[in-house]
Amino acid sequence: MCDTCGCNQPPDAVTYRKPGGHDLPHRHGDLEHTHPHEHPHDHAHPHDHDHPHDHEHPHVHPHDHDHGGGRRLNVEQDILRRNDLTAERNRGWFEGRGVLALNLVSSPGSGKTSLLERTIRDLKAEMPLTVIEGDQQTLNDAERIAAAGAPVLQINTGFGCHLDAEMIRRALTELEVPPHGVLLIENVGNLVCPALFDLGEHAKVVIISVTEGDDKPQKYPAMFAAAQLCVINKTDLLPHVDFDVEACKDAARRVNPALAFVELSATRGEGLEGWYGWLRERRARAAR
Amino acid sequence: MHEMTLVAGILEIAEERAREAGAARINTVTVEIGRLAGVELPSLIFCFETARLGTLAAGAELAVRELPGRGRCPACGAEAEIDFYAALCPACDGCLEVVGGRELRVVSLDVD
Repeated sequence: MCDTCGCNQPPDAVTYRKPGGHDLPHRHGDLEHTHPHEHPHDHAHPHDHDHPHDHEHPHVHPHDHDHGGGRRLNVEQDILRRNDLTAERNRGWFEGRGVLALNLVSSPGSGKTSLLERTIRDLKAEMPLTVIEGDQQTLNDAERIAAAGAPVLQINTGFGCHLDAEMIRRALTELEVPPHGVLLIENVGNLVCPALFDLGEHAKVVIISVTEGDDKPQKYPAMFAAAQLCVINKTDLLPHVDFDVEACKDAARRVNPALAFVELSATRGEGLEGWYGWLRERRARAAR
Repeated sequence: MHEMTLVAGILEIAEERAREAGAARINTVTVEIGRLAGVELPSLIFCFETARLGTLAAGAELAVRELPGRGRCPACGAEAEIDFYAALCPACDGCLEVVGGRELRVVSLDVD
């Protein structure tokens, strides 16, 4: 069981690659350390031979008699604790370097990669931009980002449907992220699962394109509730589609009244100043 | 299919706790799942029944307590039970903020 990606695939099914280069060493040892439950128990079973556990765990006592030989153990732990602890560690990493980290989430095909390409071309002289690309397969997006001129690492999740905090932690050991720069994390195209996994980012940016339904915020509320900015992309296509921008915003505001919006066309360039303004403001805040 | 990730987390926490207490087997794992946590319960249980094999919880039941969503109105302070994100305040029609229902927690284990 690989709990890094969440699927029944071996730990090395998740790969980390840079365009134009060779695969990064898989570092099996390293990855296995992310699954510590797999080995520490092999050799250390201190309870096998002595059984005075009732005294070591007094809170177990009162339940002993309730369950006919069985016992109840209190646990009270968050299921995502490992991810959340690693996310906090990543957050500290970003804060220590004054790096703004953004988690870009959307359905497949909303234009995340196109927005990144355009942003890199327009802003790379102004601020250091680094990208982590998440996809199930292929190096395609990383190649586009590299061609636009930013350092990039591709994470292929295999069958995994989202990036998790451990993947980002591992990526940060492979990728140089300059201090006071911006790290743009393009999550796996999926409006469901990535909502649940904190990567340690400052904000989630949800991208929706006008070729999708304007009721998406109602259909996938968890993602719109978790985001701080909603980018409405492909506005150049508005004359050709039925998408109602105001209805989409209203639906999103009902889920998340504090959500901010930017309308733009990443390919035609209209509206980009709103996005860049938001980025600059957030970057200045993160660099403090 | 993030349910499999959640199940891996549940089993990891359960096995760790059971070993710590010297338990030989886990009979029941009780979890609390909020209605707004984005979890498909049938899928969670299906994944659990697959992933538990080979663990201390190989024969265990997953007992799920569903917790209701709770919203609080930032404008008037009213609270209400909600079952979706975009709920309106029953008192003043403002948008409720979600204050409960996102829980994902292992509560307890029954072990031998």
